[in-house]
Amino acid sequence: MTAHDASAPAAAIGPTSASLPREAMATYRLLFLGLAGLIVVAPLVIYPVFVMTVLCFALFACAFNLLLGYAGLLSFGHAAFFGMAAYVTGHAAKVWGLTPELAILLGVAASAGLGLVVGALAIRRQGIYFSMITLALAQMVFFFCLQAKFTHGEDGIQAIPRGALFGVIDLSDDWALYVFIAVVFMAALLALFRIVHSPFGQVLKAIRENEPRAISLGYDAARYKLATFVLSAGFAGLAGSLKALVSQIATLTDVHWSMSGEAILITLVGGVGTVFGPIVGSVIVIAMQNYLAQLGAWVTVAQGVIFVVCVLAFREGIVGVLARRLKMRL
Amino acid sequence: MDGEHILETEGLSKSFGGFAAVSDVGLRVKRGTIHALIGPNGAGKTTCFNLLTKFLAPTAGSIRYNGRDITRTNAAGIAQLGLVRSFQISAVFLHLTVLENVRVALQRQRGASFDFWRSEKVLKRYDAAAMALLEEFGLAEVAHREATELSYGRKRALELATTLALEPEMMLLDEPMAGMGHEDIARIAGLIRKAAAGRTILMVEHNLSVVADLSDRITVLARGKVLAEGDYAAVSADPRVIEAYIGAGHA
Ligand SMILES: Nc1ncnc2c1ncn2[C@@H]1O[C@H](COP(=O)(O)OP(=O)(O)OP(=O)(O)O)[C@@H](O)[C@H]1O
Ligand SMILES: [Mg+2]
Repeated sequence: MTAHDASAPAAAIGPTSASLPREAMATYRLLFLGLAGLIVVAPLVIYPVFVMTVLCFALFACAFNLLLGYAGLLSFGHAAFFGMAAYVTGHAAKVWGLTPELAILLGVAASAGLGLVVGALAIRRQGIYFSMITLALAQMVFFFCLQAKFTHGEDGIQAIPRGALFGVIDLSDDWALYVFIAVVFMAALLALFRIVHSPFGQVLKAIRENEPRAISLGYDAARYKLATFVLSAGFAGLAGSLKALVSQIATLTDVHWSMSGEAILITLVGGVGTVFGPIVGSVIVIAMQNYLAQLGAWVTVAQGVIFVVCVLAFREGIVGVLARRLKMRL
Repeated sequence: MDGEHILETEGLSKSFGGFAAVSDVGLRVKRGTIHALIGPNGAGKTTCFNLLTKFLAPTAGSIRYNGRDITRTNAAGIAQLGLVRSFQISAVFLHLTVLENVRVALQRQRGASFDFWRSEKVLKRYDAAAMALLEEFGLAEVAHREATELSYGRKRALELATTLALEPEMMLLDEPMAGMGHEDIARIAGLIRKAAAGRTILMVEHNLSVVADLSDRITVLARGKVLAEGDYAAVSADPRVIEAYIGAGHA
């Protein structure tokens, strides 16, 4: 079948056909199982906190990818959702003493709510103007977090307790936390996959293919984009909340514009509009930051160089190129 | 309320900067007819369509559809009221399959469009209806191809099928035959005639023999203004119309 021949120009961003033939579905099932297997084995050979960090950033990038890859909207402000959720979860767990699942829920709700406001303001503009508005609003969120009391300014929220899940399972144990993070990550990944391959996802695909035509069929394109924006913000928030529990801190770094850049970097390196691209991208980028840490300030430079090489060598990202070579969807 | 006319405009105008692309157009389309909107290039026909379907906001004037003022309704809302347009440049969803193209329209009309938590498999319930339409338009054997692989003529047929999937009460077709060969023109004309049963069609078309053949009534637009209106015989004999066409370099 030529249905997913990625050579067509319109396929530069995102996958080709939205609805999945049976064989593609079977491939995805295998890949998801493989990924689950990897996540089970990984902490046996790699430091668990590192793996958890990778998963958090992978989820963050997956959320960003939902918006860019499937709605064609480039947000420069996703740090706001990631960071705000981290703060809210941190505050709820530490100051209010909430259990982790409730603290996470609050973080996600805060991000989705913030996403609704930012999205509603940005969605009316197209292209770079949309991106600029998200950036500007995210900067406002940053300054809010810098000034607000509960975020503790430059110090951030430190020593966030991981607490006991449902008041029962103690997450201060790295292994218990690992299982929790892994399960939530897989569930979120599957949920994102479902969104893309849902009736809603089909409409989103039509809007991206030809917006005026979709509108002329009676689809209020702005509403669909806004819904996607809110979903994306919510999942970015989930990533931020999890990260707050893993690292036990929530700081200004989490809401800084460079965190938005991180999501973009990870997604582009891995492959926009692919299911597994953001995960592969996250492994590469986070590993790089970790192992290049001794370079100090040069990390950014090294990262920049690798980014440029990546974009020049494979514009569709690692997984995107792989998918094209293998003539399958990944 | 005037039940005889499904669409009525009054003083409809649009200017771009200082340039009046459409000025003071009063258009009345009778229910159940095929009404043609013709005129030389740049006369403002497409702009009119854009105004009627709210892809552009009018500078002045009002639009009534089914006795209801739709001047402030948004583009998606207009379609939801049953007034659906096509585009001068063929508009299909290139990287959806032919079946999916039609299904997207069925889905909008019959629901499930916002369900992001369900599997897309629920859309299979529209497959039969979509296939029936494709059958009618001679597209059944390419149902599972991506639309981008179709010939130009077939893309236009698909566009028409997708529009009809919404069962619109009124269709606006912008040059449905543009860029087509003889056989395709005859085929599309047949499809339009069939589609016209039980609905109203407003059509922009440069091919005058098609216009003569299909339309019950014709409005001639030139430089944004209504120049003449009537049946084909009356309009084609009108010296102002002939002059407008010759003046614009048309035969
Ligand atoms: N968005 C726009 N901005 C400025 N001018 C425009 C715009 N859209 C159309 N025009 C101008 O308005 C006039 C009418 O254009 P329109 O496309 O409505 O003509 P038309 O009758 O559809 O012509 P054709 O037969 O070539 O399709 C043209 O002179 C065109 O250049
Ligand atoms: Mg035109």
